[in-house]
Amino acid sequence: MSLLCETPHPSRRAVLMTGGALFAWAYLPRLARAADNRDPRLIVIVLRGALDGLSAVGPVGDPDYAGLHGDIALSLSGPHAALPLDGFFAVNPAMPVFARLFKANQAAVVHAAATGYRERSHFDGQDVLESGFAGPGHVATGWLNRALESLPAGDRVATLGGLAVGPSTPLVIRGAAPVLGWAPQSLPAPAGDLATRVLDLYQHRDPVLAAALKKGLDADRMALDDQMSAMPMKPKGGLDSAAGMRQAAQGAAKLIAADDGPRVAALAFDGWDTHVNEGGATGRLATLLGGLDGAFEEFEKGLGERWKDTAIVAITEFGRTAQINGTVGTDHGTGTVVLLAGGAIKGGRVIADWPGLKPAQLYQQRDLAPTSDVRAVLKGLLADQFGLSAAVLGEKVFPDSNAVKSMPNLIA
Amino acid sequence: MAIPTPNSPPDPTLVAFNRFGLGARPGDRDRLGADPRGYLKAELRRPDIAMISLDDPAYADLLGSTAAIQASMAARFQRRLDRSLMKAAAEQPANGPAATNAPAMASAPVKVDAPAAAPPKPTPATPPVEATLYRAEAQARFDKALRAEAGFVERLVYFWSNHFCVSVAKGNIVRASAGAFEREAIRPFVLGRFADMLMAVERHPAMLFYLDNQQSIGPDSRAGRNRQRGLNENLAREILELHTLGVGGYSQADVTSFARILTGWTMAGREGRLGEPGSFVFNANAHEPGEAVLLGKIYPAGGMGQAEAALNDIAHHPATAQHIATQLARHFIADEPPPAAVARLAKVFIKNDGNLRALAAALIDMPEAWSTPLAKMRSPFDYVAAIRRAAGPGPNDPGQSLNWLNALGEPLWRPPGPNGFPDQADSWASAEGMKTRLDIAWQAARQVKDIGNPNDMLDAVIGPSVSPETRQAVARAESKQQGLALLLMAPEFQRR
Repeated sequence: MSLLCETPHPSRRAVLMTGGALFAWAYLPRLARAADNRDPRLIVIVLRGALDGLSAVGPVGDPDYAGLHGDIALSLSGPHAALPLDGFFAVNPAMPVFARLFKANQAAVVHAAATGYRERSHFDGQDVLESGFAGPGHVATGWLNRALESLPAGDRVATLGGLAVGPSTPLVIRGAAPVLGWAPQSLPAPAGDLATRVLDLYQHRDPVLAAALKKGLDADRMALDDQMSAMPMKPKGGLDSAAGMRQAAQGAAKLIAADDGPRVAALAFDGWDTHVNEGGATGRLATLLGGLDGAFEEFEKGLGERWKDTAIVAITEFGRTAQINGTVGTDHGTGTVVLLAGGAIKGGRVIADWPGLKPAQLYQQRDLAPTSDVRAVLKGLLADQFGLSAAVLGEKVFPDSNAVKSMPNLIA
Repeated sequence: MAIPTPNSPPDPTLVAFNRFGLGARPGDRDRLGADPRGYLKAELRRPDIAMISLDDPAYADLLGSTAAIQASMAARFQRRLDRSLMKAAAEQPANGPAATNAPAMASAPVKVDAPAAAPPKPTPATPPVEATLYRAEAQARFDKALRAEAGFVERLVYFWSNHFCVSVAKGNIVRASAGAFEREAIRPFVLGRFADMLMAVERHPAMLFYLDNQQSIGPDSRAGRNRQRGLNENLAREILELHTLGVGGYSQADVTSFARILTGWTMAGREGRLGEPGSFVFNANAHEPGEAVLLGKIYPAGGMGQAEAALNDIAHHPATAQHIATQLARHFIADEPPPAAVARLAKVFIKNDGNLRALAAALIDMPEAWSTPLAKMRSPFDYVAAIRRAAGPGPNDPGQSLNWLNALGEPLWRPPGPNGFPDQADSWASAEGMKTRLDIAWQAARQVKDIGNPNDMLDAVIGPSVSPETRQAVARAESKQQGLALLLMAPEFQRR
């Protein structure tokens, strides 16, 4: 088991950013990039429905795990043996790509993590996770968009904006900063200049619709300019199916890899609410995890050269009960995993201050107790990838979160 | 209007057709007369207006939920049988006839003129019965939307169907019965009592299956002691959080206790040991014995009556009135509903014992509904329905409309979670969403055979309050198709 033991220190990029305020701000981001030749990207995958962290990354070394998770517990032996990460944790065998990346130090796990939300409503939990606020009730803007907004004016990452994958924009990336939208599409494109005329009408009558349509058309154009015109993109399934997840990642990767493409992206995958017959190494959850694993693979393939600068983070609103319920599934819980992947990740580590699974160690004697804050992970990624300061992260991106310290050294 | 001046209320005819209804069909505006409120209220007085009756020959393809679920169970059984036969055939000795034919069946279609015609002819690929039922139900829903006058009651059906949503992504049982669920548990009650709708919904097999209650077993029940299964708290939590009280106001202990109360509410299986297969049954063997405490009240042991009593109390809880009032006002008035309107609706809900007809009438009487700018967006289903109503029914098959809904991210009866599809404009006015609406508007306009004059259609569908910019854009279109597509994309057509 690896413990969280790194001491925080300001990264080189953060220092450069702070010092840059003294000089011409407009040049700074480029200087920063020139200094280390990096072109960072951040991809956020929201897993809606509450992922069972104990079935995704099982604490197979914990003596209480098998008893609690019963028939669906992961095991290092048997026909569907889990893939060992370190001496204590093993990843679901449905995720061979993640296991390979982990071995190559390009994937990491933060275990026993949760946001600050301690109730068990999916919908409030998702709002907290995606809005970045300390409590529910904020549904206008998401933390990823506010992070973009907080970058210095003229910053390339801010100018290029974000990418929302899927037919509707996930809350995490909604807000004032520009966001492109893209989803696999099979409808015929309008002939002539219909798009221009509608856009013109909106610009006169409805600026909100004008802005939305313009971004939709832009993303579409980029996708067409690229190799994607040759790529059939008939939807293969919803974002609650393994094929749909893989396809969404495939398309997103093309857009993000482009030189003038967005540097941050958000995807939302549904279907993780496994109350019944969750399955362990095989079954329903494993199928979904296979989809997520496929998404990691598509990003790795599609980003090509850019993979080395990319961080992907998969987050969920909360975990599930440590003990399986009466229907071989799990009910809403608390602590769960954050999965990190990408060439930029300082991987090969399970970062966990493991709370244990004895009855008294469980949160409310029911759930994996949270010992890491999801916001700390996200802050660490935003700080190291884009140089956002602790003050901005603690006030604007994740309001009222100054007490949650950014997790250092997540980026290699 | 898309950009209303703060002092000018929206055109009342657009409020009636767009905010409350499904959009005007050509000719509808002439029938509206001078009293939009009265026009809407007339719908509330028509008996059975919400119903889709199986006695209607137009709906001969539909099945009740019990029959639909039985069909799905039988198909599942048949599929299993076929698979095991195929497997057995594949394992036969290599010179057996089945072994030589099986690979051909799997790979390529058998040629009709093949010299040695294979004895077991491969059956042509027929869609699974669940898909057939789903499409028939979808067609019935689209038809009903097309035939509605203002469409206010249909909108109420969609509102409640989304409030009490099930998802076909759950599996074949729900896929086969989602449409029947709406016809049986939602439509009969949209102008009835909330408590009755709640009861019909929570005992419907589609809901019991969707939220896993059909497997939930009281740990101390006879079945719980004999088998290694137990509670599942999914339905109990979502009833409290989503269907009635709203989030907060109950504890984890209430959720668990309510889950115990609900044990035994299940669906009879294929063998029919508990009752007619596919129908609701109360399984006393699975019901947690003894009294239970919910929201501070003790419910004595009472079999199925225990949950009925609890549901009845929750239906009348003030928090439920507040929750329903907020959601209705958000749906029909504004994303951030005026608090005064919410308070009045909640009062009407309580005073009239949750009478939903009274609640709908109160909504029509809300001054805020007629003064608030038309700033919300039509939901994907409303948008598709409005297109069909304005531009004609489209293909004689629900496939295209269903594809449009998929592309817009709101596949019919397939919300991403039990909280249903979102009800706020920014979910729909997204970049990808608007681009998709453009593609759909174009496809719809292109397939209309005889468009007529788009300027006249503008008068018929939007009316005199149309903005000069929209009028000009339609008038200057380079083709009739483009003119119609511009109409279908106009802010006056998108917003409600």
